[in-house]
Amino acid sequence: MHENEPDSSGEYSRRTLLKSAAVIGAGVVLAKHGNAAQAEVAPAAMESEPDTTVPVTLTINGSTRTIPLEPRVTLLDALREHLNLQGTKKGCDHGQCGACTVLVNGTRVNSCLTLAIMHTGDQITTIEGLAQGDALHPVQSAFIEHDAFQCGYCTPGQICSAVGLIKEGRCKTDDDIREMMAGNLCRCGAYVNIVAAVRQAMQS
Amino acid sequence: MNAFTYSSASNPDQAIAEFAAHPNSIYLGGGTNLIDNIKLNVIQPARLIAVRKIVLNQITPTPDGGLRIGAAVTNTDLAYDDRVRKSYPVLSEAILAGASPQLRNSATTAGNILQQTRCYYFRDSEGAFRCNKRNPGSGCAAIDGYNRIHAVLGTSAKCIATHPSDMDVALMALDAVILTHGTAGDRSIPIDDFYIAYGEDPARENVLHPGELITGVLLPATKWFARSNYMKARDRASYEFALASAAVVLEIDGGTIRDCRIALGGIATKPWRALAAERKLKGQKATDDLFKSAADAELQTAVAQKYNGFKIEMAKRLLAATLKKVAAMA
Repeated sequence: MHENEPDSSGEYSRRTLLKSAAVIGAGVVLAKHGNAAQAEVAPAAMESEPDTTVPVTLTINGSTRTIPLEPRVTLLDALREHLNLQGTKKGCDHGQCGACTVLVNGTRVNSCLTLAIMHTGDQITTIEGLAQGDALHPVQSAFIEHDAFQCGYCTPGQICSAVGLIKEGRCKTDDDIREMMAGNLCRCGAYVNIVAAVRQAMQS
Repeated sequence: MNAFTYSSASNPDQAIAEFAAHPNSIYLGGGTNLIDNIKLNVIQPARLIAVRKIVLNQITPTPDGGLRIGAAVTNTDLAYDDRVRKSYPVLSEAILAGASPQLRNSATTAGNILQQTRCYYFRDSEGAFRCNKRNPGSGCAAIDGYNRIHAVLGTSAKCIATHPSDMDVALMALDAVILTHGTAGDRSIPIDDFYIAYGEDPARENVLHPGELITGVLLPATKWFARSNYMKARDRASYEFALASAAVVLEIDGGTIRDCRIALGGIATKPWRALAAERKLKGQKATDDLFKSAADAELQTAVAQKYNGFKIEMAKRLLAATLKKVAAMA
């Protein structure tokens, strides 16, 4: 719906926001009560409807966009379902597998356990943002060189996690790598090669 | 996951006013446990009030030489803080023994203090099981169910869910004080008084009033707290909740234990201060036999369920081993 598109400056005007909130809010009220009279509610009250979208401004891989999202949308779902960035994977969706790992202001986090709306003003980097043009990030190159995957589903999370780990600068040994990569599971069991790839990227 | 509204308060007073206006709200810190539980339908808030950016996210020295940890300090920043590692190593070790780097990067100090149990019956997304914590009065499916991860201390006929935190076990051994802000003013709550064992009302886990906001944690300036350690037994080598854990702080002079603080995790319905063990140890010569008898004393009142009896012996051995390790520290 075009009312939800930002204006040319990339920002929502107050008028556009209220209009779109009113339209969506009205739909909600109708659906819940089946009574057209219920739709006659002031825009201010619409804001309190839980499944109303609100404009959320996100900076992903250096590009800033404002999109309408319900507050409950996780950062992971915003990336995959609303921003067409499917490189970040949904594994367990409960912070147990690490497939959804992205970097927020350079720090690795599980994007499934954080809401998109919490990240206005943050710099978010996904697997799609690591390469510089055709030049792969050193961690990406190391994963290819060491064949550090089989099916590849956990790989974007593994790579983002390794980029965060190297930036943290606390890893020294292979045991450190194993411990500090513990938040990323690989069901194919490519761990030996993952450790080798992270070690090489860490030393380069 | 139910739909909810969201607001970002700009200061603690506004946050508590916001809560008062929207009583079915929950404060949102890092979200690692809260958002998980909302996804599981364990909780269904009408509104989340984001507080991460309005409470202190720094660790600052207190006038008496202790530390004040802001409620929004991440588990990572707390665990790697040089002052914490030097003066309260048990806290750093406990935090790093839990979760994963990604989770620790998001999780906050206050959020960790308020994290909820991993009891599988409590966390069932269908809410299909009896659970006095989730649906008060409905019963407890764990007591006559599969209860391998459940508690042996602080339990009642209504709930045997284990408190999951590592960090809070260390805070319990460090005489931490929890700082709060609410409509009735500010409170400083000794952590010993903060948690409630799951007795009559398992849904009530701590003494916070509705809408009361945790703003920080104080660590006292106790010099001998530097001689401390955290040990944890778990099903995996990493990234797993404790089956049993021990936080031990000892003051030893010439082989005699002058003072001590001990807390146990993974085996109780709250971070468990081991006062019976402490009484056994104070004033005594540090020997392996003493450590064993102190551990026996603490677990004397433990109640085993069908599948978790192993935890009692595990906790005894773990506590004795941790005491021995800390006693041997230079």
